[in-house]
Amino acid sequence: MAELLQFISSGLTVGAIYALVALGFTLIYKSSDIINFAQGEFVMLGGMTTVFVALAGVPLPLAALIAIIVTTAIGFALHRLAIEPARGASPVALIMITIGASIFLRGVAQIVFDRRFHSLPPLFGADPIQFGGAAILPQSLVVLASATAIVTLLWLFIDRTLLGKAVLATAANRLAARLIGIDTRRIVDFSFAVSAAIGAIAGILITPIALTSYDVGTLLALKGFAAAMLGGIGSALGAVIGGLLIGMIEAFAAGYFSSNYKDAVAFLIILVVLVSIPQGLFGRAKVERV
Amino acid sequence: MPAIVVAVIVITLPLFFPSAYYYRIGVLVFIFALAVVGLNLLMGFAGQVSLGHAGFLGIGAYSVAIGPIHFGAPSWLCLFAGAILSGAVAFLVGRPILRLKGHYLAVATLGLGLLVAIVLTNEAGWTGGPDGMSVSRLVLFGWNVRGADAWYWIAGTTFVGGFVLALNLMDSSTGRALQAIHDSEIGALVLGIDVARKKLTIFIISAMYASVAGSYLALFNGYITPDAAGFLRSIELVAMVVLGGMGSVVGSLVGAMVLVVLPQVLTIFHEYEQALLGLIVMVFMIFLRRGIVPSIVAAFAGRRK
Repeated sequence: MAELLQFISSGLTVGAIYALVALGFTLIYKSSDIINFAQGEFVMLGGMTTVFVALAGVPLPLAALIAIIVTTAIGFALHRLAIEPARGASPVALIMITIGASIFLRGVAQIVFDRRFHSLPPLFGADPIQFGGAAILPQSLVVLASATAIVTLLWLFIDRTLLGKAVLATAANRLAARLIGIDTRRIVDFSFAVSAAIGAIAGILITPIALTSYDVGTLLALKGFAAAMLGGIGSALGAVIGGLLIGMIEAFAAGYFSSNYKDAVAFLIILVVLVSIPQGLFGRAKVERV
Repeated sequence: MPAIVVAVIVITLPLFFPSAYYYRIGVLVFIFALAVVGLNLLMGFAGQVSLGHAGFLGIGAYSVAIGPIHFGAPSWLCLFAGAILSGAVAFLVGRPILRLKGHYLAVATLGLGLLVAIVLTNEAGWTGGPDGMSVSRLVLFGWNVRGADAWYWIAGTTFVGGFVLALNLMDSSTGRALQAIHDSEIGALVLGIDVARKKLTIFIISAMYASVAGSYLALFNGYITPDAAGFLRSIELVAMVVLGGMGSVVGSLVGAMVLVVLPQVLTIFHEYEQALLGLIVMVFMIFLRRGIVPSIVAAFAGRRK
């Protein structure tokens, strides 16, 4: 029982981070049909910028804020400088651009920062809380609470504000959205910026638990992408559940089977799910028009 | 016609090589170009993405590494065995996952590639684990193959062979069926094309191309690590296809050339290497979005009008 609780808590923590990365994928995909492989780099930038700004003597909360702002600006710039000029290119070409961007950001990060591992102090200390025999890190609770808050805020924003409705309209039909006067380019700007901000927050939250370095982005992008696909691409609910599921599967596979093969188990399950449900758990089947 | 041009390039290129180092680069270009031609058949012609092709590269590479050391089998036999094994894996996995489309297929193939990489990393008793293992040299009819120039001719000849095979394949009924599938899967189905079977065929063929390239890479370097099967390698192969031009067999050679030579040139920029590589990939894709070769061809065709 204690073991089970332990695995659930660590699984949910990592899963929440995957869910946030997957949410970033989903937001950009919804508004522009682009799979942004630089999403993991946003997570890295959030963590690394916070570490280095804090090292320069800035208080931690302010450093985190600066990191979020910097990453958001980079997300915006990515769309304006790299994606927008290639408008109308094939999906594969656009994916290649985001992969180029992720190599570029990783390259710049190892020059501006360094190539070592870094950590941040946890928000409420490092002493684990004993709960039912399991030792739960306070930072895990911070991660879960923040992820819940972000998902809720994002949902409220999409559901309740005019800008949010414009995002929905753009996602539903780009041409129709333009016809009713929505500046779809601004919407895509916006979704890149918000995805970057969400990524940065995820990066800052996980650094006290999992450390960060210039190259953590690749693996996170991979897991986030897998989570988004498992949930069904374009479904925000699917992204969150996909992320949590992958986190849990990994934790259980590592605990009961072998930590070397935890990624293998996760991807094996993804393969099985996709083969039996080709549009993911919450995705809509696409109807091809001939 | 393009085959003759490529063959002439392979033969005359060494005349301009000032040192053995250039032979080495040439070998790597041809090895990767071979894998890229195979992947291009799948991506460019059949329109099916694979983000896990390095997995097959890894199977080929470790076949020639494990076979001679653990079983005492000759390297060339292991190369064929590796290709057959890759084809068998592609056959077994291909039917279910090729039903998936677009990004779903991308994530499924990505998972497949990762599974291979994870097994290679963790079965240290067989593969030496993350540190990799050394590979015994290729012996052909008592001839101990060593030196970059010998490998240049082996890799060059194999590449030209693979190149001609790909061109012929595209001209066959299978090739036309694949292009029909690329344009519209339902359309192809209505025309009576066995879509699932054609996709599976080309997946197997492209897996075997990658496997042979992987075997060559291992034999040439004399050393192999699980990175050969890793996600970044898969991305690199896809980047070569897209950069050179999807659906252009000549583009495969150009794409491989650019992404093999470029990092070598960029090493003079030391720590700026990665940033510059990313930047160049981005700039190429923004300005030559259909890939280098198709974009140049289109530019010339436009001028002639």
